[in-house]
Amino acid sequence: MKVSVKRGDSYQEFEVPRHPSQTVLDVVTYIQRHLDPTLAYRFACRVGMCGSCAMMVNDVPRWTCRTHVDRVLEKDQLVVAPLRNLPVIRDLVTDMRGFFDKWARAKGEFRGRQTKQDEFAVVSPQSEDRKLADAGIECIGCAVCYAACDVVKWNPDYLGPAALNRAWTLVKDVRDRSNLERLRAVSGDAGCHACHSHVSCTERCPKHLSPTAAIAGLKREVAKAVLRGEL
Amino acid sequence: MSYRAESFLWLMQRISAGVLALCVTVHLATIIYAVQGGLSAAEILGRTRGNAGWFAFYCVFVLAVTVHVPIGLRSVCSEWLRWRGRSRDLALLLFAAFLAWAGMRAVVGVFA
Repeated sequence: MKVSVKRGDSYQEFEVPRHPSQTVLDVVTYIQRHLDPTLAYRFACRVGMCGSCAMMVNDVPRWTCRTHVDRVLEKDQLVVAPLRNLPVIRDLVTDMRGFFDKWARAKGEFRGRQTKQDEFAVVSPQSEDRKLADAGIECIGCAVCYAACDVVKWNPDYLGPAALNRAWTLVKDVRDRSNLERLRAVSGDAGCHACHSHVSCTERCPKHLSPTAAIAGLKREVAKAVLRGEL
Repeated sequence: MSYRAESFLWLMQRISAGVLALCVTVHLATIIYAVQGGLSAAEILGRTRGNAGWFAFYCVFVLAVTVHVPIGLRSVCSEWLRWRGRSRDLALLLFAAFLAWAGMRAVVGVFA
């Protein structure tokens, strides 16, 4: 197959042999090991856990370690490029700092109510809040949703689907104590209210999460807090 | 603009969207129903003028448009034109005033 790899402002063409069950990450690794050792790309676990190998594949953001070539090959050709909406460090490697800084801006860290002297908090897995939090908790931070989001492209300050999804899982965590502060952090033009519900994040999320639903939940929580006069 | 004000604007846009959904439905249904037999402008004005109920309905319609449209354009300005900040908000405030004036002028002309 023909593989075009974006390197800087241009694309470099490679001819890569096909194999059964071959993934896009296998293809990029083949290029780096056999055709051009200067190619820079990022990966770690190779099994869809770490979220470090995401790239644009034929113009769609995907986790490359779990994307089979059979599923995405178009006319015997692959086009591989670094993730959209992130600065490129080199070749296929993006700078993820802005992406994770936004998790911090969205107050994405857990802040418990209890100390180590207290008993364990008992949270029923069947409670509504826990079920809503659980629905978004498996995010691997791959930034596929961030690359898929047009609002991120149009509004660079926008926190993005992953950070807002993380905030939502904490808003629904009954053990957390900084919810009002978090709702303030995720509201407004750079927060959940910027989302147009295009659903691209949900469409592309490799873990089949729904950041769109999380953002809609944040909008509801913020609206309630505004009406109560708490924000 | 503060996050509080931005959240309030979002809420106002959602509420006005709900009002508009109702108003547009009633507006279109009324037009389709009323013109079935063919109506002249004079006949329409004969039915509408002095009708306090319809006057109030269209006042609400204009108010919802005045709230809804500038808030939506605010996002369009920032995302597509990269026009942000006070100048954008002031321009949209003026546009809201224009919508209210033009809308109420039409309402007064048809219903008062």
